[in-house]
Amino acid sequence: MTTSIKKLPDTELVLSGNGACGGCPATMALRIVGKALGSNAIMLLTPSCSVASMGMTPKLGYNWPCINITFATAGSSASGITHALEIMKENGRLQGDLPTVFAWVGDGGTYDIGFQALSAAAERNDNMIFFCYNNEAYSNTGVQRSGATPRGSFTTTTPTGKRQPKKNMGLLMLEHKIPYVATATVAYPGDLYDKVVKAKNTPGMKYIEILAPCYLGWQFDMSDTVQMSRMAVRSGAWLLWEAENGSISFNNPSSHIISGKKVAEPVDEYLMKQGRFNRLLKGSDAQQRIAEIQGDIDHEIAFMRERKKITI
Amino acid sequence: MKTAQVIMDTGTHAAALAVKSARVDVIPGYPITPQTSIMEAIAAMVESGEMNARFIPMEGEHSVLAAAVAASAAGARVFTATSANGLLYMHEVLHMASGGRLPVVMCNVNRGIFAPWTLWADHQDSFSQRDTGWLQYHCSSNQEVFNTILQAFRVAEQINIPVMVNFDGFAISHCLMPLTLPPQEDIDRFLPSHEPEWRLDTAQPSSFSNVTMAAEYAPFRQMLSDDIMAAIPLVKQAAQEYKDITGMWDGDTIDTYRLEDAEVVAFAVNSMAAELRLSVDILREQGIKAGLLRPRLYLPFPAEDIINALPQNAQVMVLDRNYNFGHPGGILASELKNVLFGRRNDITVKNRVMGIGGIDLTRRFMAAEIRAMMDE
Ligand SMILES: Cc1ncc(C[n+]2csc(CCOP(=O)(O)OP(=O)(O)O)c2C)c(N)n1
Ligand code: SF4
Ligand SMILES: [Mg+2]
Repeated sequence: MTTSIKKLPDTELVLSGNGACGGCPATMALRIVGKALGSNAIMLLTPSCSVASMGMTPKLGYNWPCINITFATAGSSASGITHALEIMKENGRLQGDLPTVFAWVGDGGTYDIGFQALSAAAERNDNMIFFCYNNEAYSNTGVQRSGATPRGSFTTTTPTGKRQPKKNMGLLMLEHKIPYVATATVAYPGDLYDKVVKAKNTPGMKYIEILAPCYLGWQFDMSDTVQMSRMAVRSGAWLLWEAENGSISFNNPSSHIISGKKVAEPVDEYLMKQGRFNRLLKGSDAQQRIAEIQGDIDHEIAFMRERKKITI
Repeated sequence: MKTAQVIMDTGTHAAALAVKSARVDVIPGYPITPQTSIMEAIAAMVESGEMNARFIPMEGEHSVLAAAVAASAAGARVFTATSANGLLYMHEVLHMASGGRLPVVMCNVNRGIFAPWTLWADHQDSFSQRDTGWLQYHCSSNQEVFNTILQAFRVAEQINIPVMVNFDGFAISHCLMPLTLPPQEDIDRFLPSHEPEWRLDTAQPSSFSNVTMAAEYAPFRQMLSDDIMAAIPLVKQAAQEYKDITGMWDGDTIDTYRLEDAEVVAFAVNSMAAELRLSVDILREQGIKAGLLRPRLYLPFPAEDIINALPQNAQVMVLDRNYNFGHPGGILASELKNVLFGRRNDITVKNRVMGIGGIDLTRRFMAAEIRAMMDE
């Protein structure tokens, strides 16, 4: 059973008063992560909205020791910290329980510039949780495309809509044979909470990706963050799943879409609510472009359904 | 009391033994010739249990230094090594280490940089990282490499600034020379365990390197600049105390040979400076009053020590194994002129670039070059 939002601990590691936009999905997600991790954790960040939000030197809006490191190096830097803590613990220079080392990184720092370092940290199976909060663009620099930007989406560097589909980063991490991979999003806080708790209690490399609908980049009303997150899941544009030691299971409601018990809602309504898509969908080739986007979603659902069956 | 042990060893292996003696905690690494054998030796010592440390096999040098910086921020004593393009690939993180005031020690085994591709020594790699805020030593023997790594940790941890220990590929890295290993208890006395003032500590959550407005940023940078200059007395003190404990001396900020009465002074770093002692002897035999001044510390550039050491009216022959692109000649000459200007107008500076990409620099060749420069 998924933990109810009413049962989440009162612990707050995201302090009130920080620089994020109202309705920021990254901050919302981090708040849930804080409840799951508690205070014995060390946080790494790369240049991103989450750094811009954390407060200016010497202030700090996240109640962990936080280190903002070079953009490409979340994976390798987290490896450095985790090895340092382990050896200092081994030779008695660090007392108490080992802190959880976690990286809190945008999709740019995960899919693109940080991919190499993340891949290597995963291949070494170094002990950390790598979170990607995925707002499907470089938001901090003013919304440019990333490898996580879906086809059709407007960004400042895809002025007529992106022509390529996004990567399936969760799947790429799964193929690194790490002990735990999960996807989540802010409309399902209990699901996110449970996944973080599971990751915290699993040694080795853990990857959790959180879809983070960002009103600024996606162009919707900032009060609709959670609704947008829910629509992404219900349309199948975002699938909730986890994989323990390589074996995939889907979480409600994605599990019903995968099993065929429920049909995914057509993507149109989800797209029309977002300025990043709807300007394209007013053009003469609108039907074709919606069909392409729907095609990408259908492909991912079908592919993940089959991928789950591979258990060897 | 245990006595020192003398072995025959290569420069890279001497470096690895120094890292072991320094009781380093974390060593991220990545192979590149001629540095690779440092990492191989450390990996082997960690694997066998001879070193109580973590070796992290990284996927590239940018990540190597990122892991080093982060491990240092967690409170560990950290070492790594690289060469040439590996050092250049680290460039962004070099600044992160110094700006972040993290006392990482790194060997750079000097090698020419590509294109075109070369494997052999020159000093374009380390000198081109001058403005990254790292202290830089340049060493001219295997023993000096060993001694300097220990001194580097001492200085780095005193002022929270990373230190680069440079030495030449092949001429030092791969050549066997006698190496004296002081007893471990002496080294422990010289280099106590690392107790950082600040680290990532869950008992005291603090931020590192978040957005910093100019009013705070500017003083941080000023402090870094001031503290780099303040390293000079600490470098001298480290060399002196190392000598008091081990009896070994390689110079402090500078190293000199037959300098007191010299009229012609050779000025160079690294292995070519060791060879230049022999060139000085050749020139002396020819009746030329030659001497040698080797800046052991390149950054901070030991201006006062150089100004004080140079004899009156000397002609200084700067032999640069690098180019100062956009200017005629090399980088060392330009640094030297910079410090002499307005302070020692009696000194003449002449400059030649040589030994690029590992071209062999023999004592006779360099003696002849210096003679030729005298007539210029
Ligand atoms: C090496 C380097 N290149 C570029 C940048 C500029 N930069 C800062 S934040 C950012 C975008 C971050 O995107 P993402 O990781 O998705 O996080 P978000 O801003 O969306 O939260 C970029 C390109 C940088 N800081 N460092
Ligand atoms: S731009 Fe988006 S991700 Fe960034 S702080 Fe604002 S809402 Fe959050
Ligand atoms: Mg992003």
